[in-house]
Amino acid sequence: MSITLNEAIEMITLEADMLDHGDFREWLSLYTPSGIYVVPIDPDTEEFEKTLNYAYDNAEMREKRVERLLNGRAISAAPPAKTVRLQARYRMLESNAESCTLRCAQMLTELRQGRERYYSANVTFRLVRIDGALKIDRKIVRLLTSTEALTAVSYIL
Amino acid sequence: MDILPDPTTLVNEDSADGSIYSNPDLFDMEMDRIFMHNWIWVAHRSDLPESGNYITTFIGQHPVIVSRDRKGEVHVMLNRCRHRGATVCEHKKGKAASFVCPYHGWAYGLDGALRGVPFQEGYTGQLDKSNYPLISLRVEEYNGLIFASFDHDIMSLDAWLGRTKPWIDLFMKQGAGWPIKTMGEHKFTFPGNWKIQLENTTDAYHFPIVHKSFLDSVDSETQNTFDFVEGNGYVEDLGHGHSVMVMIPDLVDLDENLEAPIPERFQELADELAKDYPDEQVRRIVRAVGGSGFNLNLFPNLACSMAFFRVLRPLAVMETEIRHIAIGMDGGPELGNEMRLRLHEHFQGPMGFGTPDDSEAWDRVQRGSLAGRDISILLNRGLGHEAQREDGNLFSDVSAETGMRAAYRQWLVDMTGKTVRAENGE
Ligand code: FES
Ligand SMILES: [Fe+2]
Repeated sequence: MSITLNEAIEMITLEADMLDHGDFREWLSLYTPSGIYVVPIDPDTEEFEKTLNYAYDNAEMREKRVERLLNGRAISAAPPAKTVRLQARYRMLESNAESCTLRCAQMLTELRQGRERYYSANVTFRLVRIDGALKIDRKIVRLLTSTEALTAVSYIL
Repeated sequence: MDILPDPTTLVNEDSADGSIYSNPDLFDMEMDRIFMHNWIWVAHRSDLPESGNYITTFIGQHPVIVSRDRKGEVHVMLNRCRHRGATVCEHKKGKAASFVCPYHGWAYGLDGALRGVPFQEGYTGQLDKSNYPLISLRVEEYNGLIFASFDHDIMSLDAWLGRTKPWIDLFMKQGAGWPIKTMGEHKFTFPGNWKIQLENTTDAYHFPIVHKSFLDSVDSETQNTFDFVEGNGYVEDLGHGHSVMVMIPDLVDLDENLEAPIPERFQELADELAKDYPDEQVRRIVRAVGGSGFNLNLFPNLACSMAFFRVLRPLAVMETEIRHIAIGMDGGPELGNEMRLRLHEHFQGPMGFGTPDDSEAWDRVQRGSLAGRDISILLNRGLGHEAQREDGNLFSDVSAETGMRAAYRQWLVDMTGKTVRAENGE
């Protein structure tokens, strides 16, 4: 049976909740070993490897990013910004028994040192079913403002 | 009553008053005296590879268009229609045969000449198009770096860059024999004055402290390479506010030491390249991909910083935009350029492992420096053992504040109107 919209939403909501509550180590286990987390700059590119991104994380870089957020040695992340994100406008782009591609909107509010900032994005997930459970194989965060000047983002979008 | 601040009371040889980061009147003076009377970097040659290519950018607070005309010549023009002042182009880059103002349709050539005016009869002969081109600034280029200036009387770019030129040439060796090209950029703002960032480019002192978490994220060999604060690097004043900070002396000339062992993090790349290139070229490419071992600070807005261009733009007295432009080999191996992109992403930009920590430190300088009145910012590190080379350049150890002192010396020259026009017989 194809992966349903509800199953997929349950998975990505779990991810969003973990990121907002600082469960970064647990977050790592949501990805496949070959999974990629990418925050591109170029709104149109699909060739992330060949272009400059804000983040292009394989498993190793994801681990380093989490380490950085948790070890208190990065002044921009000690403590990390607090975030609240909402996802909505879900649309299943394609789905079969083993994998699916889901697109949604994400509105994130960040608070750090008394400053509130906002980031809106279109997020596309490719989820795969491994041993019965869904894992994230690809997460592409297309920021609305990707080609504008951002401010330091010391958390995971 | 308008009393301008007196810059001579704010900056000394070894310190500056904290208000230089927050005085709005001083900022207005800087935008005029520094950003309208010096050479300001606007583009790299590769941003405009062909006739008809253009980009839009800023000189200080002035929007400009940089274009390459049909003859291949580069023009820098104010992005301001001569009719009623609308910007004539809002695209970041593109290719065009002309710029047509969207308001009433005045059309300008790539060189700024006013070509067409709709319903021109309405002017009953009172509009001579040749009097209303887009306002052109002075443009000069050195080794791919394109600079422009509002001031038609200042010295040539060649004289202005002066002793920095050999360093620019060294920096461009990152092409490994191919020309350098830009490969995208990270753009971000921080809530602080532009000079806080200007100072940072030759501040080795902060590296092991602020970038601890970056150092945690790389292998031990790389950690050693970046352990330069007590090494034999140096900072050197190159005149006109420019300076160079050599962190890794072995990586100053990328064509040298080709026989040195390949660092572990580049071994995989070297193995791949060995399939297509002879050993010596593999070594040259690998060294180029790793970047140069110095930061060259060109007053007031460009740095050739290890492996990228850093461009700063003052937005307001306490707001600055920074671009970290990735560079690569134009025509060189794709794999090498991809590795450069990954290295750039690792440290630079709003989600990198380095930039957000820098940004946090600058933010804190801005906020902390607002505390109290008449309290100095110290610029005296390394002054005690600063010495002079035969060519006259001042230099001190790698963590010295020699580069900042150089920048503030030029800042004062610009701000007090004592121009450097007469130098070098120009
Ligand atoms: S303002 Fe440009 S044509 Fe009128
Ligand atoms: Fe830094």
